[in-house]
Amino acid sequence: MADLSVNLAGIKSPNPFWLASGPPSNSARQANRAFEAGWGGIVWKTISNDAIVNTSSRYASLNLGTLRMAGLNNIELTTDRSPETNFREIAEIKRRWPDRAMVVSLMVDTRECWHEFVKRAIDAGADGIECNFGCPHGMCERGMGAAVGQQPAVTEKIVTWVMEVATIPVIVKLTPNITDITYAARAARQGGANAISLINTIKSITQVNLDCLVPEPNVGGLSTHGGYCGPAVKPIALHMVQCCAADPEVGLPISGIGGIANWRDAAEFIALGATSVQVCTAIMHYGFRIVEDMIDGLSGYLDAKGFKNLAGLRGKAVPMVQKWESLDLNYKRIARINYDKCIGCNLCYIACEDGAHQSIDLVPPNGQGLGPGRVPGKPIPKIREEDCVGCNLCAIVCPVESCVTMVSIPTGKPKLTWKEYQEKLARGEIKPIPAHP
Amino acid sequence: MPISPKLGPEAAAANMADIAPRYTPQEAIIEANRCLFCFDAPCIQACPMGIDIPSFIKKILTGNLTGSARTILTANILGGSCARVCPTEVLCEGACVVLDREKDPVKIGRLQRYVVDYAQENRLQVLKAPSGKSGKRIAVIGGGPSGLGCAAELAQLGHQVVVFEKKPNAGGLNTYGIAYYKMKPEVSLAEVELVKSLGVEFRCGVEVGKDVSIKQIEKDFDAIFLGLGLGKGGRLNLPGEDVPEVVEALDFIEQIHTHPLHDVAVGDRVAVIGGGNTAIDAVTQALRLGAHEAVIVYRRTREEMPAYEFEQQLARTYGVKFLFNVVPTEILSNSKGHVTGLKLARTSSANGKVQILPGTEFIEPFDMVIKAIGEQKQVELFKKLFPALEIHPRGVVRRNPDTGQTNLPNVFSGGDCANGGREVVNAVAEGKKAARGIHAFLSGGKTSGPVQPSRYGVQGAPVGSGFDKPIRVLELEKEYARQRK
Repeated sequence: MADLSVNLAGIKSPNPFWLASGPPSNSARQANRAFEAGWGGIVWKTISNDAIVNTSSRYASLNLGTLRMAGLNNIELTTDRSPETNFREIAEIKRRWPDRAMVVSLMVDTRECWHEFVKRAIDAGADGIECNFGCPHGMCERGMGAAVGQQPAVTEKIVTWVMEVATIPVIVKLTPNITDITYAARAARQGGANAISLINTIKSITQVNLDCLVPEPNVGGLSTHGGYCGPAVKPIALHMVQCCAADPEVGLPISGIGGIANWRDAAEFIALGATSVQVCTAIMHYGFRIVEDMIDGLSGYLDAKGFKNLAGLRGKAVPMVQKWESLDLNYKRIARINYDKCIGCNLCYIACEDGAHQSIDLVPPNGQGLGPGRVPGKPIPKIREEDCVGCNLCAIVCPVESCVTMVSIPTGKPKLTWKEYQEKLARGEIKPIPAHP
Repeated sequence: MPISPKLGPEAAAANMADIAPRYTPQEAIIEANRCLFCFDAPCIQACPMGIDIPSFIKKILTGNLTGSARTILTANILGGSCARVCPTEVLCEGACVVLDREKDPVKIGRLQRYVVDYAQENRLQVLKAPSGKSGKRIAVIGGGPSGLGCAAELAQLGHQVVVFEKKPNAGGLNTYGIAYYKMKPEVSLAEVELVKSLGVEFRCGVEVGKDVSIKQIEKDFDAIFLGLGLGKGGRLNLPGEDVPEVVEALDFIEQIHTHPLHDVAVGDRVAVIGGGNTAIDAVTQALRLGAHEAVIVYRRTREEMPAYEFEQQLARTYGVKFLFNVVPTEILSNSKGHVTGLKLARTSSANGKVQILPGTEFIEPFDMVIKAIGEQKQVELFKKLFPALEIHPRGVVRRNPDTGQTNLPNVFSGGDCANGGREVVNAVAEGKKAARGIHAFLSGGKTSGPVQPSRYGVQGAPVGSGFDKPIRVLELEKEYARQRK
């Protein structure tokens, strides 16, 4: 069994799976249930000094086909419970579960307030602080949350306030609602933060109710921009995590957040540089029990790959992401169809024909062996290999596992990046690659 | 003993309830999500009407049920009844690629029923006849599926149509001859109303050749569509056949459709002679109406039974017994003229020829015998109505399969009287084709069908789809035959 324990800038937990700051981490009752289920840590729902009042109707979902909550947005603010209640429960939970990571998320305004709340968190026994500089709704209108995270100078300033009194590791949670997240990450580093967590939610409107023309969530006939999360945001989060992991000027440990619902998602974040991962939406959908497969699956994966611990996996995919100009222009792959598996939906054909590069023909089957149930004589899709640009679209739309596959084709040509291509062209060493007809 | 009704109203209604009830909206969405939205989908090609199935399913998912109903009904005016009675297992669902992928096709028939039911219940006007009329009048003789298919299409092409129907209600077999647990007559009558709403006039209870002459019709109308269906059930020509408890399957089923269920008499031990789908309909309904035992008596082997495999399976599930390679030689009655049993003999059907094996006779007790040995052709009637009409040696009207036109230029035909007896969907398709043929005949144009949007781009493919070139999925039929062995 691989060792799943992690140490994020000094915050230790038996596994990398933490509750993200959000509705599931709002009380001792939930924390107890989560830790009983096996979660490695918790980022307690953000505590602020404002008296929070929430609206009724707070979440809205993007459903795709039969899949519910492919994406979720919310307009809920920080915890609606008093700081006293929260800090008392934090202390109780830490005493009861000493081996789990207890991180307290904070969002206050003045330097004095930051000092007070950081100290109260330390006194409650927290293992770390997470500064919420990312919340994109409500609190940002009051100069907090994303209002801080979107201005690197302000981020840096507030982090320095926190570091003045912090005796435990400090994580800065970053907002994705910014052109280049590494600027905010660098500011956190400049201010002295020990780690970063990302991404917070993305500004969004999930849907407009077409009967009343009010977007969801509908609060008495009006809506507002909410924070978007769930499986649909994972690609954006992975991109931003990789950017921070690859940036030497950031150079901080990362807690990955954004659409993580299972161990595979977690492994991808870790491969792109995350140390721990935080989960919220998947718990809101299925409850704390999902961690069982997360632990089991990740552990099995590490064993299968021969990694003794998570350090073996961490960051392995980071250098595999480079600028476009570093990619090999002479690399060639094409699509191949396995006719034994082809069920005749012709989605590959129409996707290529109308949506991509017109490299698939429909031709008579001419005795081609096909599965039972096929309409006799019905045309079959055939890749015109010389025209196939290897875009992957047909393999992506094919509804049958391993039916359309992408195959690397040896071109016999040496690697040629765009950069090299431009240099060689300038020196007159090669002719221009002919344009696509 | 004379036979009598066996069940009270509630038990009879429960036993005859829909075998495939309508989907709830949630069920429909879940099932519709299974459709892959194939391009040039095999299901369209397998549908004799060429319904753009992926499109109507997609429209369920987007909440566009009006559009979905329009997609179905423009292709097939009887979309509601075909959704229930089509042998989808060998048509659309048999060709569904999801069947290939996961051995369980998208339930196209049930989705179609869901949509058409919705349109009907909400009285959505999805079809419209043009306000400008051509001034041409067409007489449709026979108000069954082919006649309705022809009339609806002609009305939508701007012609005036009158349907002549012998029975009190139009709809043909859909109204009088479908297993009750598959479709209730109300569904068929609602479809007749739909055709009426397009401006088609129905003259029911009118027998052409008796109540109105062909001469008169030819005088009043520019063209005629003959959709007479098939005639009476065939005779066994056995001693003892003409007693009250020996009934024809379609008469038995018609009783179920025209009387309260608890008033339909059924035997205690029922023998059904025949091996087709009508035999299955009769035998299962006899059981559902309270017969203690019902037996299919078929003169050939199980493998040779023409009933679809899934129909046979339905009968077996319901506890029907089968006597294969057995033929009745005499119907036995008591002194009061009531059926007491069948004298049967074993047969050999090797080399396709049925031969009675001497010395194998035996007697089985029955108190009701249902004949389901196919219906008679109506050659006599054709000759009486149209002495010059060309008849195929098979006893059916000879017509151009693409236009429905017979050797008499103003007379067109389709459905069972022209194809010898196929599915409801084939009859509607032939009626619709004939309507296009009539339209071309009257307007001097060519017949052509619209290209379905989801097929756009493969015109000229080696196999045409659906309505314009219906095809059978022979490979599938072979596969079913293989599985049966």
